[in-house]
Amino acid sequence: MRRSFLPIIVVIAGLLAIWYAAVVPMNIKMALTAAERSGIAVTPVGAKERRDRSAMLLVVQNTFAIKDTFALERPRLPAPHQVATELWNSTVNKKITSKRSLVFHGWITLSSTLLGFAIGTGLGILLAIGIVYNRAMDMSVMPWAIASQTIPILAIAPMIIVVFNSVGLQGIFPKAIISAYLSFFPVVVGMVKGLRSPDQMHLDLLKTYNASSTEGFWKLRLPSSMPFFFASLKIGIAASLVGAIVGELPTGAVRGLGARLLSGSYYGQTIQIWSALLAAALLAAALVALIGLVQRLTLNRMGMS
Amino acid sequence: MTLVVFAFVFWLVAWRMNVVLANSAASKTRLIKLVVPIIFGFTILVVWELVVRGLSVPMVILPPPSTIADTFLAKLPILWKDFVQTFVKGALSGYLIGCTAAIALAILVERFDFIRRGLLPVGNFLAALPIIGTAPILVMWFGFDWHSKAAVVVVMVFFPMLINTVAGLSETTAMQRDLMKTYSADPWQAFIKLRLPAAMPFIFNGLKISTTLALIGAIVAEFFGSPTLGMGFRISASIGQLALDMVWAEIVVAAIAGSAFYGIVAIIEKGVTFWHPSQRG
Repeated sequence: MRRSFLPIIVVIAGLLAIWYAAVVPMNIKMALTAAERSGIAVTPVGAKERRDRSAMLLVVQNTFAIKDTFALERPRLPAPHQVATELWNSTVNKKITSKRSLVFHGWITLSSTLLGFAIGTGLGILLAIGIVYNRAMDMSVMPWAIASQTIPILAIAPMIIVVFNSVGLQGIFPKAIISAYLSFFPVVVGMVKGLRSPDQMHLDLLKTYNASSTEGFWKLRLPSSMPFFFASLKIGIAASLVGAIVGELPTGAVRGLGARLLSGSYYGQTIQIWSALLAAALLAAALVALIGLVQRLTLNRMGMS
Repeated sequence: MTLVVFAFVFWLVAWRMNVVLANSAASKTRLIKLVVPIIFGFTILVVWELVVRGLSVPMVILPPPSTIADTFLAKLPILWKDFVQTFVKGALSGYLIGCTAAIALAILVERFDFIRRGLLPVGNFLAALPIIGTAPILVMWFGFDWHSKAAVVVVMVFFPMLINTVAGLSETTAMQRDLMKTYSADPWQAFIKLRLPAAMPFIFNGLKISTTLALIGAIVAEFFGSPTLGMGFRISASIGQLALDMVWAEIVVAAIAGSAFYGIVAIIEKGVTFWHPSQRG
């Protein structure tokens, strides 16, 4: 980790530099239109004239406008510091009960993510145990569980929301269902692999100890599945979050990070979209990091890492 | 009610059949391995059909499979147009651009150890993010047509592809590289003959993950705005009209397209990495 600290910083700085560099040509036409309106001489004159010009040429011809491209109110591409400011304003500087607070929206999304993740993981583990111990179940279900990974199941998310709405269920639960089934299959596949990971030698050893199959499960199969378990949890939680965000779209932009994305795109509030996106990214990173931490602690305690 | 009872009985019989088949002496043969999941899938369809009809579940909640099949066949021309718009134009072009760009960047970057050490963790981080959220931005930039969908797909497949390729290219052992040196292979030859083939299992792993991501990206991006065409558009529009049979028909298309796409990539993988232990077994 130490060895790659400097390279990581350099790569991130490079990405930010590319971002800043892209802001200028992306926003130049907008900035020039605004400048012209406030009476500054712009070459060439008239938004129509400029529409088909290349953005790079316009930048060269109007170098004075470069600083304006970083300060537009609804830019095509907001600069990193604009997004950071908006993120700061909508998290720290707002009361968390406010409709404009990203903490409020983030919590809405997070709660259904976590509920769905818990349901999906629980059911996934149960099914994996069934698959490992029951041959018929293994042969019937496992091919479908694997095939389901190649299907874009996220596409049925809007339908689930609307169907549950028509039965009168609203709010956190339908979104949690989507999160649950998105995290379900990765957990099943990972856990089946994990519960099967003890080699024949270990299984035989337990047999010589005259261990029952329950004891074999608790003392051998479950412990040795832990690395696989955590690996699939990381995939599952990321998928759950995506599910919750997409689940917020069809209800029409009310609450949650997905709703912020949608309302931002309705009203052209690009900075709002980017800050919601960044909030979602931070949330995902935090969740994955949290699972990584639990993984390290658990595996350390078990002497497996 | 009799239909529901019948569904239950059918379930029991089919399950019993699978138990017998799975525990029979022939359970290791290919035929049985294929037949058991098919019986299971078929049973689910039958039970679904019978329960929906038996309890007369309204169409706006869950249509029976037979209705979905009817809709699928009746609306085939529309479904085909949606498929072309979303899959061929949006997902496939984005997939090709994104994967090519990621592989090219990985090959360029891989020579510089410093950048590689920085890029791998950052790429891993970015690959875990809800990148689908960039869809509204890209729709704003590239318009409602398939170009914006392709752009979303490019962004979605780029990072998984990049980290897989970079990881694959550093897969060779010192012994293998030394062997290349004793053959007096120049760097280019060593790359073509050793490092690229050694990276292929990883590259194909990335390509396979990306097939699903591409389809998801193209469909979900259409929820943020699209011409009156496309699988994602049809899904959200049909939900608005409570035409759930149409939604399910689109999902069938998505499922077929997704598994076929994955399957084709897997077949190509089999041809390219025939030497790898996982393919020989």
